[in-house]
Amino acid sequence: MTNTAQTDTIQPVVGLEIHVELATETKMFCRCRNHFGDPPNTNVCPVCLGMPGVLPVMNGRAVEFAMKVGLALNCTVPGYTKWDRKNYYYPDLPKNYQISQYDLPLAQNGFLEIPLSSGETKQIRVLRAHLEEDAGKNTHDIPGCTGVDLNRAGVPLLEIVSEPDMNSVEEVMGYAKSMHRLVRWLGVSEANMQMGHMRFEPNINLHITRGGVTYKTPIVEVKNLNSFRALENAVAFEIQRQYDEWQGNPEGFVLAKLGKQNRGYDDGTCKTVFQREKEEAHDYRYLPDPDLVPVTVSDEWRQRVAGEIGELPLARRARFMADYGLNFKDADALTQDAPTGDLLDQSVAAGAEAKRCVNLLLGRGAAVANERGCAIADIGVTVEQLAELAKMMSAGDVNATAADKIFEKLLAEGGQPRAIAEKQGLLTVKDLGQVEQWVDAAIAANPQAVEEIQSGGKKQKKAFGFLTGQVMQASKGAAPPAEVQKLLQQKLG
Amino acid sequence: MSEILDLTAAELAAAVAAGEIAAVDATRAYLDAISARDRDIRAYNETYPDEALARAKRIDADRVAGKNIGPLGGVPVALKDNLCTTHGRTTCASKYLADFRAPYTATAVAKLEAAGAVVLGKTNMDEFAMGSSTENSGLHATKNPWDVGRVPGGSSGGSAAAVAGRLCAAALGSDTGGSIRQPAAFCGVVGCKPTYGRVSRYGLVAFGSSLDQIGPLTRDVKDAALLTQIIAGGDPADSTCLGDSVPDYLASLDQPIPNLRIGLPREFFPNNNEALRPDVRAAIEKAIEAYKAMGAEIVEVSLPHSRIDVGDDGAISSFAVSAYYIVCTAECSSNLARFDSVHYGHRTKQPVEDIVTLYSRSRAESLGQEVKRRIMLGTYALSSGYYDAYYNKALKVRRLIANDFKAAFGKCDVILCPTTPTPAFRLGEKTANPIEMYMADIYTISLNLAGLPGLSLPVGLSDENLPIGMQLIGPVLCEENLFRAAAMYERARPAQWLPPCAN
Ligand SMILES: [Zn+2]
Repeated sequence: MTNTAQTDTIQPVVGLEIHVELATETKMFCRCRNHFGDPPNTNVCPVCLGMPGVLPVMNGRAVEFAMKVGLALNCTVPGYTKWDRKNYYYPDLPKNYQISQYDLPLAQNGFLEIPLSSGETKQIRVLRAHLEEDAGKNTHDIPGCTGVDLNRAGVPLLEIVSEPDMNSVEEVMGYAKSMHRLVRWLGVSEANMQMGHMRFEPNINLHITRGGVTYKTPIVEVKNLNSFRALENAVAFEIQRQYDEWQGNPEGFVLAKLGKQNRGYDDGTCKTVFQREKEEAHDYRYLPDPDLVPVTVSDEWRQRVAGEIGELPLARRARFMADYGLNFKDADALTQDAPTGDLLDQSVAAGAEAKRCVNLLLGRGAAVANERGCAIADIGVTVEQLAELAKMMSAGDVNATAADKIFEKLLAEGGQPRAIAEKQGLLTVKDLGQVEQWVDAAIAANPQAVEEIQSGGKKQKKAFGFLTGQVMQASKGAAPPAEVQKLLQQKLG
Repeated sequence: MSEILDLTAAELAAAVAAGEIAAVDATRAYLDAISARDRDIRAYNETYPDEALARAKRIDADRVAGKNIGPLGGVPVALKDNLCTTHGRTTCASKYLADFRAPYTATAVAKLEAAGAVVLGKTNMDEFAMGSSTENSGLHATKNPWDVGRVPGGSSGGSAAAVAGRLCAAALGSDTGGSIRQPAAFCGVVGCKPTYGRVSRYGLVAFGSSLDQIGPLTRDVKDAALLTQIIAGGDPADSTCLGDSVPDYLASLDQPIPNLRIGLPREFFPNNNEALRPDVRAAIEKAIEAYKAMGAEIVEVSLPHSRIDVGDDGAISSFAVSAYYIVCTAECSSNLARFDSVHYGHRTKQPVEDIVTLYSRSRAESLGQEVKRRIMLGTYALSSGYYDAYYNKALKVRRLIANDFKAAFGKCDVILCPTTPTPAFRLGEKTANPIEMYMADIYTISLNLAGLPGLSLPVGLSDENLPIGMQLIGPVLCEENLFRAAAMYERARPAQWLPPCAN
């Protein structure tokens, strides 16, 4: 970004912490249900209530989920990690310490490749990803007091910390959305924003170059952003705000003098807001949790988890373009989640032509998914249905219009494509004698169109289309269009 | 009835199983003893007479019906008040938990009850197990049955006094730095701290989680073996609990260990009357002679990082004690953070303007001085900038201490030393000087840092007729050898004395 008036060069520098709630059946250190939306304090037990004398027991599934994300982010997953206590007092944290990982995170030093609008990709480095337990929630819906709901207390939470490698709002959003797609892809989180499954904390500052001198503005950490929109607005607002403030005080509004600051985000105004600095910097007094044994990750375990990851979104998109001849847009649309692409792959494996499947999925399929607000894979079509319909198209048993009708029917009511086609009379008529009768009838009934074709004027093409349409209509769409046109040409040409 | 009180837990269990004594009679005998004499000793914080009698009745009925009533069927026991039970309160002798009723039972207690034990009540302790005299109890002080002007030791002082005072057949305590062995020595009973992880800590209110271990206080070695046998073993609710199978301690108990090699750490026999009183030393030396007479080989070993230093001013210090007070205070500062008055426990009646005031006022009102001191020490030791200098260094010392023991056990089967430097001291004698109080644990503390099993058994009386305890230490998970070695001594020199307050 360049400011023409001042010829300042402004480079935003953004790092992002992303908290992802993992979709395990049970909580991180007790066997309470991990479920959103239940009545307050119903998914609780002595362990997640922090009663005296109880002990945490690690949920191995959560560790596997975290390993999966780490490996998919090209991280090192060390053979030895441990649990630490992060000590701070808050009413939604019943033990007044959070079990987390301090110096030995489960995953470190990886990267995530993100797509850019230029068509290129960029690697954003991931510093670490560690597992911890979520806190409960303070609620303010009871007049005169603060309620504490501990259903969320102890839910496994993965904190993924990037390096400050993002230099624009676009890159921040590309990273956040790629991460969102990845955790859903891996099946480790529903990543539902409304349910708070994913939360963002960007660190933002600017490197401004003016007259050969580079100034760094104070780093601002914006806390607890719960939606993509909030993230986008907060980062964009901060970039502008920091530049404005710096212009007013180029020597004073700098990192070296002001250090790091926390700001909140106001959903109403879409602005970041100053937060009263805590009286002193937090000292979390980390210590290794003596109630839990360190986690040793064997090579076998790591390999088994790695083997479960399968193909990742970017690799699949590239393969779809290369193997199925799809353009970027279609390939990208089909790799928003894993099941949609799986549906395509399995249909192709069942003998269907990729192009036919893609047209069905991204045509009627995408429209229905959009209406229902679900993923394409969730519209209710099976591999068998999709493959059969695509094969019928390839074999010329149904034309595109008929296929679309069949697809719509089977999405609404289920059933076999061929049976639907037969019942609805949508099969292409291959009896050429019958087709010829329709053609002859159309010619006889439309002398004006016949004349326009035979006279060879500029209306010829339109009239030919009209006659074709008449035949198709007479056949209720069941005549093979190519045969119809061939016969018309023979008889009138 | 008094003969019931004379029986060990194993003897009583056998008598109940044989139908010679009814569980109800045994329970009533102990409840009567408590009514008659606990007002002087004050071992108990709470008793459950109705529940205990009802349970004893069920056990008698089961026996008559031919059911297995368990190896402790009908034996009345006491529990330290930091072991959670669904009946009654679990106070940890703290005003903060004065009305706390746990919705769960500690695994060790559940195992004891499954073995047929009848729980009489909860015994007094130093608040949250922090102390060596039970004077830090937030409820009341407990007296030593040998001399009611003296402390029973601590922190499991109530359990030790109850066993010595014939107010229960056996008891459970917990040991973080000597809290079972030291009161056992002071009260003239047997106390065993098993290997760290041998007994589940689930339901034990944590003080220093990496050091805490539950163990028995009993009349004799056989009872200690029996109770340890019952409470030991893996527990899915405690990740630090060891799954190793538990040997049959009783099967081998009567067999002497042939060619037993006993290690004497030279650092644990200091030439200083404060660090080791002459009559205590004499009693220990006599015990060593007894082992020699049984054919044991005595070898000198060295535990350099557990040594006891005496300064020019006569003050005693110890590496192990220093490391211990950093580790245990650090852990306790975090463990006790949950006592914030938000979810349960004492909450101030004073008006508060914000949450921080609610926390601090509630804690200020309900936690005792020693607890506050340790929370502050631990908070300091973990603070940024001090972590490496204190906590990390303490962990290094901890490793060195463990390595010393490992090397020593290359030369011997068990290590023998005093349990305490002196017999029981007078009430109030050390309350003004916490450091002096901390030194009451100089011989016991290093085992907790190394995670080793230790056992204290009475070996004689002091000049003022107070019991003296001898400590036997074994390698990790070698409880079986400890019990056998202790039983050898006990057979050779049975303790033939009873505290004056036990009748
Ligand atoms: Zn729970």
